[in-house]
Amino acid sequence: MCEKINPSRLCFINKKVYFCTEFLIMHMKKIFILAWLILVWGNVSAQHGHEPDKSGEHTEKQEEGFDTGKLVAHHLSDSHDYLFELPFIHKTIHLPVILWTDKGLSVFSSKAFQGDNEGRVVVTDDKGNKFVRIHEVIYYADKVGGHDHPSVFDFDSRPLDFSITRNVVAIFFVFVLLFVVLYYTVKGYNNPKKLPKGLASFLEPIIIFIRDDVAIPNIGKDKYEKYMPYLLTVFFFILFSNLIGLIPFAPFGHNITGNILVTFVLATFTFIITTLSGNKHYWKHILAPDVPKALWPIMVPIEILGMFTKPFALMVRLFANILAGHTIIISLVALIFIFGSLAVSPVSAFFVIFMSFIELMVAFIQAYIFTILSALFIGLAVEEHEEHAHETSH
Amino acid sequence: MGSLAGIGAGLAAIGAGIGIGKIGASATEAMARQPEFAGKIQTAMLIAAALVEGVALFAVVVAMIK
Repeated sequence: MCEKINPSRLCFINKKVYFCTEFLIMHMKKIFILAWLILVWGNVSAQHGHEPDKSGEHTEKQEEGFDTGKLVAHHLSDSHDYLFELPFIHKTIHLPVILWTDKGLSVFSSKAFQGDNEGRVVVTDDKGNKFVRIHEVIYYADKVGGHDHPSVFDFDSRPLDFSITRNVVAIFFVFVLLFVVLYYTVKGYNNPKKLPKGLASFLEPIIIFIRDDVAIPNIGKDKYEKYMPYLLTVFFFILFSNLIGLIPFAPFGHNITGNILVTFVLATFTFIITTLSGNKHYWKHILAPDVPKALWPIMVPIEILGMFTKPFALMVRLFANILAGHTIIISLVALIFIFGSLAVSPVSAFFVIFMSFIELMVAFIQAYIFTILSALFIGLAVEEHEEHAHETSH
Repeated sequence: MGSLAGIGAGLAAIGAGIGIGKIGASATEAMARQPEFAGKIQTAMLIAAALVEGVALFAVVVAMIK
């Protein structure tokens, strides 16, 4: 073991480093709490940056009270502008809007909407289409006539929206993060004779865990290898997306998995992989189950419906857990604005710290649950059948 | 109505609370009876809790859509 260092024998700079690290280690707990409080302050002051334009709308009426619903919707829903906000930097990046209309592809910067979300600004592109934007959804201007709130599901009045929105930028950021982290993980295995170095030794227990406790028990020892890339990808993607949603300052702080369209895509991937790898026994269980034929009119529709409800449950479970967590944290910070006094901030900060710990646990658990349920569904699809006599013994 | 959605979400929270409470109770009891399996029991408890919470959050999502 290393001998205890005698500080008086170190040269000047090393002495400073020694005392700094000693200070850090001895006061670790206080430093940790201070760092959390700074994070919460960063969260609150980033929120405060939004207040000027919001309070302008509210001073029309007398004492309307703080609209938490609007704040939550503004922070958690997708947006065509990328707001880069740190405590002293407020920058809006206008992302490109890419629309597929009846007259063809239409690309322009979202600056054309001039920050309008109520449908007042009409944007005309070079093909003659006119668009308005209401609550971050783009409609054709002439189809939005009488009523002021067209439904998002009214697909005739909307072009196909392929814009690069804030969630798309965030997902690209998760890609870059995943690639960097996993690239350095792979590099740790350069020397096959030694233990993995660096990041690989940190992630290896997690990857081994997914292989030994998620993939092999559910899919089987001989078939799991084909599906390991998908399971690992989905686990790390959901984990990183959840963690990014918890860190309040830019470039993190995006609500990726709290968007139902993102989780819809993830659940669709699981559905496609499960359906495409279903073998004869899987389809036999669905379309010709082992029950008396009189029950088939009931059983077969239920089984087919069950094929869709399992990924649907995956989608809603992840979406609602993450969205609820983010909503709670934003609402707890908004408590300060609801009461309107700074004295609420210690209480609010304490609750935010507490809820953040819970949300950290939920981030890991939800990624794990999505992965293990996907492995379970894939296992159900590829499982080989034992003898039928085995079933009657249940 | 906003308050009806709030009542619905509250009822879902009651359901989640009861369900996860029962899971926790039986998990700790099983861990007390067989301490060597505590790890596996804890894993199973977390999975079951996440599934029950998923069901409760279905109701929250419906309440959010109103």
